[in-house]
Amino acid sequence: MRNALTDNAGALMLVFVLILALLGILIQAALRAYVARLLALAEETRLISGANPHHRLDCGHPRELADLALAINGLADRYESMQSSIDSRIAEASHELEKERNLLAALMADLTESVIVFNAAGTILLYNQRARQLFNGAGGAEHGVGAPDWIGLGRSIFGSLDRQVIAHAVAHLSHTRPNDGTFPVAEFVTATQGGRLLRARMTGAESAAATPEGGGRDSSAFVVVLNDVQREVQLGSIRERVLKSLTEGSRASLASIRAAAESILHYPTMEPAQQQRFLAVIHDESEKLGNRLSEALNADASGLAAEWPLATMLGRDLLRALQRTLEERCGCAVTAETQDAALWLAVDSFLLVEGLGHLMRRVTQIGAMQGLRVRLAPSGSRVRLELDWQHMPLAVDQAIALENEPIAIPGQPAPLSLREIVARHRGEAWYQRNEREARSAFCLLLPTADDAAPSQGKSETAPSRPVFYDFDLFRQAGQNREIDERPLNEFAYTVFDTETTGLQPLQGDEIISIGAVRILNGRLLTGETFEQLVNPERSVGRESARIHGLTDAMLAKQPPLVAVLPRFHRFCDDTVLVAHNAAFDMCFLQLKKPVTGLEFSHPVLDTLLLSAVVHPNHADHSLEAISARLGVNVIGRHTALGDAMVTGEIFLKLVSLLREQGIVTFRQAQEASRKTPYARIRY
Amino acid sequence: MAKRILIADDEPNIVISLEFLMQRNGYEVMTAPDGEQALRLLREFKPDLILLDIMLPLRNGFEVCQRIREDAEWKHTKVIMLTAKGREVEVAKGLALGADLYITKPFATKELLASVRQLLGE
Repeated sequence: MRNALTDNAGALMLVFVLILALLGILIQAALRAYVARLLALAEETRLISGANPHHRLDCGHPRELADLALAINGLADRYESMQSSIDSRIAEASHELEKERNLLAALMADLTESVIVFNAAGTILLYNQRARQLFNGAGGAEHGVGAPDWIGLGRSIFGSLDRQVIAHAVAHLSHTRPNDGTFPVAEFVTATQGGRLLRARMTGAESAAATPEGGGRDSSAFVVVLNDVQREVQLGSIRERVLKSLTEGSRASLASIRAAAESILHYPTMEPAQQQRFLAVIHDESEKLGNRLSEALNADASGLAAEWPLATMLGRDLLRALQRTLEERCGCAVTAETQDAALWLAVDSFLLVEGLGHLMRRVTQIGAMQGLRVRLAPSGSRVRLELDWQHMPLAVDQAIALENEPIAIPGQPAPLSLREIVARHRGEAWYQRNEREARSAFCLLLPTADDAAPSQGKSETAPSRPVFYDFDLFRQAGQNREIDERPLNEFAYTVFDTETTGLQPLQGDEIISIGAVRILNGRLLTGETFEQLVNPERSVGRESARIHGLTDAMLAKQPPLVAVLPRFHRFCDDTVLVAHNAAFDMCFLQLKKPVTGLEFSHPVLDTLLLSAVVHPNHADHSLEAISARLGVNVIGRHTALGDAMVTGEIFLKLVSLLREQGIVTFRQAQEASRKTPYARIRY
Repeated sequence: MAKRILIADDEPNIVISLEFLMQRNGYEVMTAPDGEQALRLLREFKPDLILLDIMLPLRNGFEVCQRIREDAEWKHTKVIMLTAKGREVEVAKGLALGADLYITKPFATKELLASVRQLLGE
C-alpha cells in the first residue's frame, strides 16, 4: 500500500514540476507578448517624438495592444503635421524677413549720403556703399601713407570717427527727450583721420529686441548720416575769396578813379601837366579794375554760378530720350547721331526733353518738316546739341518767339520758356540757318559733367551684392570670453593669401601681393576685402612670374611692404587669421617686424592642417584638391584675393565638418591641428 | 566817301566815348538806344559797320544780329558785338549768329579802332 503511495507521490511531483514549468513558459510568453511589447511601444513612441516623426508603430499583434498602437499612431500623425506646419511657418517668416532685409539693403545701398548704424559698444552693424567709399577710399591702390579709416561689419566706429565726439553726441541724445515726441538728433562736424571734413547727424535707433522695462532712455543702437562737406567748404571759400577781391579790390581802384576825376572837375584851372597825371591815374586804375575782374572770374568760374540741381547723364541716353519724345510729338522719323560715345552731360533731362519736344511740335505746326536730326558733339568746354531739319525755314522773329514761349511742364510751379530752361543749365540756345544745305537748326550749348561716371572702382572677383549688414551683432554687446573656449563660428576672421617671389622667406624672397577677405558670423563678406600689390624691391623670379603673371615693371609702381603692412594690420585688427599653409605666410609677415614694428600676434588657423584633421586618410591637401573634395567653386586662382576667397569658402566648410567631429572651440581646433603630420613643417 | 558806323548801346556814358572816338577818326556816326531803333536806322542810315551791345531794351543784340544776318541786303554790314556779357557760351552764341567780332567790355579804345579799321578794309 505504502509503495503505491510513494510511487504516486513521485509521479505527482513530476506532474507538479511539469505544470510549474508549463506555467513558467506560459508566463514568459505572456510577458514577451505584452510587457515587453509595451516597453517596445514606449521606446518607439520616444523614437517618434525624439528622432523620427515619420515612424509608425506596428499594429499587428497582440490585439489588445493594437488599439493603443493605433492611438499612438494617430497622435504621431498629428504631431508630424504640426511639426511641418510650424516649419513652413518659420520658413515663411524668415523669407519675409529676408525680403525686408534685402529691401533695406537696396535702399541703403544707393543713398547718396553715407549711413552707418552701430551699437552702444561702437560695433558697426550696418552701412551702405557710400559710407564704404567715403572711408575706405575709392578702391584704388593707395600708397599707405596715413592710416586709412576702415569701416566694416563688426569693426569699431571709433577707428574712423573720433571717440570723444561720438560720446558727446550719444550723451546729448540720451539727455534730450523733446516734448513733441520726435526723436532727438545730434548734429556735429568732424574730421576723419584721413583729413576729410564731414557733417554728421546722429539719432538713436530702437533695437530689434527693445525691452519694455527701463524707460529706454539709452538707445542700444545709433544711426549716423554723414555728408562730405569738404567740397562745399572749398567752394564756399573760393566764392568768398572771389567776392572779397572784387569788392575790396574794386573799392580801392574806384576811389583812386573818383578822386582823380573829381579833382579835374572841381579844379578846371589846374596845369595841364597836373591834369595829365590825374588822367593817367584814371586810365591806370580802370585798367587794373578790368584785369582784376577777368582774373577773379577765371579763377573758378564753376564755383561762382548758383547751381541748379543737374544730374549727370550719358549723352547717348539723352539723345535716345529726345529721339523718342520727338518722334512721338512730331509724328516723324528722327535720326540721332553722336560723335563721342562717352560724352557726359550735366542736365535736367526731363525739363530739357519736354522743352525741346514742345518747341519742335510748334515748328511742325507752322509747317511740315523733313529729315529731323538730333546731334551731339563736344564744343570747347561744353557740349553742342543741335536739332536740325530740312527746308521749312523760320523767320528770326518766329524763332525768337518760340524760344520765349512759356511751356507748361508737369511738375513745375510756373510755365518755363526754352530760354529759361537753357539758362538753368547755364547754357545758351539760338536758331541758325544753313543756306547752303537748306537746313535750319536750333542749337544748344550745354554743360558737361565734372566727374564722369559714378566711380566704377576695381571689378571684384566676387559676384552680386556685397554684404553690408548683419543684425545678429545686436546681441553681442560687450561680451568678452576667453578666446580658447569660444566656438569657432563666433569669431571674426581675416582669410588672407600672399603671392611671393619664391618659396624661401629666409633666403631673401619677398611678398609681391596680399589679398584678404573678412568672415563674420559664418559668412564671407565679399564686400570687405583687402587687395594690394607690393613692390618687393628685388627682381621677381621667372618661375614664380609664370605662375602669377606679375612682372617687375608692374610691381615697380607699387608701394613697398613697409607701407602696406600697417594698412593690412589694421584690416586684420581684432580677428583670427586664416590662411592655407599659414606657417609660410606668417613667416613673411613676422620677418618684417623689426622694420615696421608691427607684431602679427593674432591667433591663427591653418586650412591645410584643418583639412588634414577632417580627412586624415587623404594625401592631397592642396587648395585645388580640397576645393574639389568639398565642392568649392574655384575662380580667379593665382591672385592673392582670389586664393583668399577660395580659402575662405573652404574654411567655412571645414568648420562645419569639424563640428561633426566634435571640434567646436578654438582650443580644440588648435589641438587637433597640432596632431597632424603637417604641423611639424617649419619655415 | 566816309564810312558809316551805327552805335547801338543804351548806356549814354559809353556812347559818348564811342561816338567821339569814331567821329574823330573820320567816320559818320549814328546812335540807337534800343534794338528797334537800331533796326530802323539800319534800313535808313545803311551803316557799313554796327557796334552792337547785347543788353538793349525792346530787342536784344542777339536778335538784332540774327535779323541782320537773315536779310541778304545786309550781307556786307559788319557786326562787332561790344558787350558786358562775357561768358563763353555767350561769345559762342554771338559768333554763331554771325557777328564778325565779339569784344567784351571793358576794352581798349585803340584796339577797338584797329578792329574797326581792319573790318572795313582800311
